Amino acid sequence: MYSFEYHRPESIAQATALRAEAEDAIYLAGGQTLIPTLKQRLAAPSDVIDLSRVPGLAGIELKSDCVVIGAMTRHAEVAASAEVARAIPALAFLAGEIGDAQVRNRGTLGGSVANSDPSADYPAAVIGLGATIVTDRRRIAADDFFHDLFETALEAGELLTAIEFPIAKRAAYCKFPNPASRYAVVGVFAADFGGKVRVGVTGAGPCAFRATAIEAALGKKLDAKSVDAVEIEYDRFNSDLHASAEYRANLVRVMAKRAVEKLLTA
Amino acid sequence: MKVSLTVNGRRHDVDVAPNTLLVDVLRGRLGLTGTHVGCDTSQCGACTVHLDGRSVKSCTVLAAQVDGAAVTTIEGIGSPDALHPMQAAFRDCHALQCGFCTPGMIMSAIDLVQNVENLDERKVREGLEGNLCRCTGYHNIVKAVLNAAESM
Repeated sequence: MYSFEYHRPESIAQATALRAEAEDAIYLAGGQTLIPTLKQRLAAPSDVIDLSRVPGLAGIELKSDCVVIGAMTRHAEVAASAEVARAIPALAFLAGEIGDAQVRNRGTLGGSVANSDPSADYPAAVIGLGATIVTDRRRIAADDFFHDLFETALEAGELLTAIEFPIAKRAAYCKFPNPASRYAVVGVFAADFGGKVRVGVTGAGPCAFRATAIEAALGKKLDAKSVDAVEIEYDRFNSDLHASAEYRANLVRVMAKRAVEKLLTA
Repeated sequence: MKVSLTVNGRRHDVDVAPNTLLVDVLRGRLGLTGTHVGCDTSQCGACTVHLDGRSVKSCTVLAAQVDGAAVTTIEGIGSPDALHPMQAAFRDCHALQCGFCTPGMIMSAIDLVQNVENLDERKVREGLEGNLCRCTGYHNIVKAVLNAAESM
């Protein structure tokens, strides 16, 4: 690890001020991506701003039409939350599928979503449920949030504080995990809002996206077989040693079908 | 920078560089070498310790982050004369071969037994996904965890 200055602010205002003043600062949430990245010297921030002692950034709140989850809420807390299990069981399930137990005890919702890793699980739910990303300065719709590989709508220093997940009538998440890392080679989150279906895909492209063609097919008939006729375009899909773009396209179809089957029996 | 942490019930004040890992404080500063570094890339789980009661990979936590926290390592759960039930179960079931992954396995398994209800073989295998055994001795490890769950 390169050396850096470490800060532990006790308010959002302090955190954003530190970020603005420093030469090249980075926020530290749970650290399950950032610390391995620092160890491999793939990043060299001048300052690391640890958000763990900022009050109000962690917690789960159930509202009438959505579940609000604080950015610093750990995956294990979401996976074990009775409120989330009651309102959006597919979201609790997804959180319990992330990485492994130790990673889930440290990793956070905000860290995962702000990083926009192409294989992270949470972005599929953010897109699939049409969530709203809340920051220290504005609210961002899920459809406008993920821009590219590790790139989001967040501006320099903008701090993700919470995410509001609308409560779907029913939803399901299916992923094909990399057997070593547990990252999603492809993951599909399908949500039914009573006639309107949303489908979020992670792992396949440079960042999570809506599978609008699948949504249209499912809008006509909410049945796994509806996905068969959909053409999955894979021009911009990832191709690596784990899976070719073409193979990922097939996984999108298979995971979407499984998610729909699961959703219909939920 | 100054970091105060409680390890196995004893408070320690250490002066570290901000980029120091928790595992390096445990092993290098406090001499608690029961916590192993296997992969150093956050995958193998040999460095697993309890941070405020939950299992974490100490190679993926900065020492600075645990200021004020309580850490339990393999040295803190039992003694040669009075093994922790999980340690006893690992011995009884031959759940270790070379032993390198064992401290991490035991720390993960204790968290698992304490926090997951109605453990069965599938839940143990899923719960230990973050711990790799290079001898591939998983079968007896799973057996040991299920046995220990009975007596814990």
